[in-house]
Amino acid sequence: MVQPLDTLIETPSQTAGPYVHIGCIPTFAGVPGVYPQDLGLSPIAPGAKGQIITITGAVIDGTGWALRDAMIESWQPDAAGLFAGQDGADPAVSGFCRFAADKDSGLFTLTTVKPGPVPHRSGGVQAPHISLWVVARGINIGLSTRIYFEDEDNSADPLLARIEQRPRVDTLIAKKTGEGQYRFDIRLQGEDETVFLDI
Amino acid sequence: MKDMTDNGEGDAGPLIPRQRDMHPVPYDPDYKTSVPRSPKWPLLSMESTPSEETGPRFGHSLLGPLDNNLILNFSKDGSPAIGERILMHGRVLDENARPVPHTLVEIWQANAGGRYRHVKDNYLAPLDPNFGGCGRTITDAEGRYQFLTIRPGAYPWPNRANDWRPMHIHISVFGHSFGQRLITQMYFEGDPLIDRCPIAATIKNRSQLDRLVAPLDMARARPLDFLAYKFDIVLRGRRQTMFENRLEGM
Repeated sequence: MVQPLDTLIETPSQTAGPYVHIGCIPTFAGVPGVYPQDLGLSPIAPGAKGQIITITGAVIDGTGWALRDAMIESWQPDAAGLFAGQDGADPAVSGFCRFAADKDSGLFTLTTVKPGPVPHRSGGVQAPHISLWVVARGINIGLSTRIYFEDEDNSADPLLARIEQRPRVDTLIAKKTGEGQYRFDIRLQGEDETVFLDI
Repeated sequence: MKDMTDNGEGDAGPLIPRQRDMHPVPYDPDYKTSVPRSPKWPLLSMESTPSEETGPRFGHSLLGPLDNNLILNFSKDGSPAIGERILMHGRVLDENARPVPHTLVEIWQANAGGRYRHVKDNYLAPLDPNFGGCGRTITDAEGRYQFLTIRPGAYPWPNRANDWRPMHIHISVFGHSFGQRLITQMYFEGDPLIDRCPIAATIKNRSQLDRLVAPLDMARARPLDFLAYKFDIVLRGRRQTMFENRLEGM
């Protein structure tokens, strides 16, 4: 026998299920009036400094079908790479957003400010990115990934550098489709499966 | 730079890596929807960065007075929701056994008949006009939270030919870091459907599944009013940094 550890084990996850919207974005789900408005409607307020961008995409399953019931959360710093609450951070950037796949098309849209680079503990700098957390029916533990940008210098990013199979790096890079417009699809499985993170 | 990733307890290091075998398996043929929705490639494991160690904070001013009272928070005229009145309460802790104060906890659930107020739920059981099915609160300084609600009904769902969900309440917790984000479900002590549920069974470690089953807590029940169930939640912790160098600006 040995002494017991005094650390605890994390509570296990369970799927968010098909009705996650009732709990997280009830007005969107058709349960209005419980809260004044849904949490995380936008990660920015008017006057946010930096380039305003729109990212459109879909969460696609192993059969090629876009999920209609996925919910995504995003978290990011401001245009200078500062997170809400840090000294000097842009007060117009909360950095947190909740958005859902459209129930007819499966498309999601995130309008935000383009984030700045963020320091890494090792001393390097992470290329601009937005962290995502994807939940849905059939996803037993929320999936973490990141959006990087095609028109940024991603060459020294420590996370992207860790991806051994270089073609997979592309799954984390949003494609520019116009000025301030990007496309980013999340493929849960199959060809071009998105790199998901254990971080 | 102010280090807002520090939780004030000296645990300012990276997040403790997730023990994935303590969680459900992503792919489980008995839960059919997981088959096309589970990644096949291994996850990319890496030490957390400020992107995961920071996270959104929500103040108590977010909350309305009935936000954690699902019996009344959708009622149009003050009439209570139909069902067995229960108090759901517990603490949010981290893996270092420290309370997680001032963090947002959200719940959602079916009504007493097992029906969700959702356009895609067309189960035979009726909607309750006074029950919306969502609530939220923020933990106090000791990490405690509570909700007043009704016991949700069990309900059938399309999976195998005759699958039923046990009574359950969905719970979403933030913690103080985006990398702590967790959604799970609370089950009720004594429900025979737990052991028949393919979603509960995605957790292969029995003692971990047991941690999702809330015990009846008569000490917190209120006589002639409601029963109580206790549900504690443990989020990922941060590594302590006594012997770790921290770089300027981190």
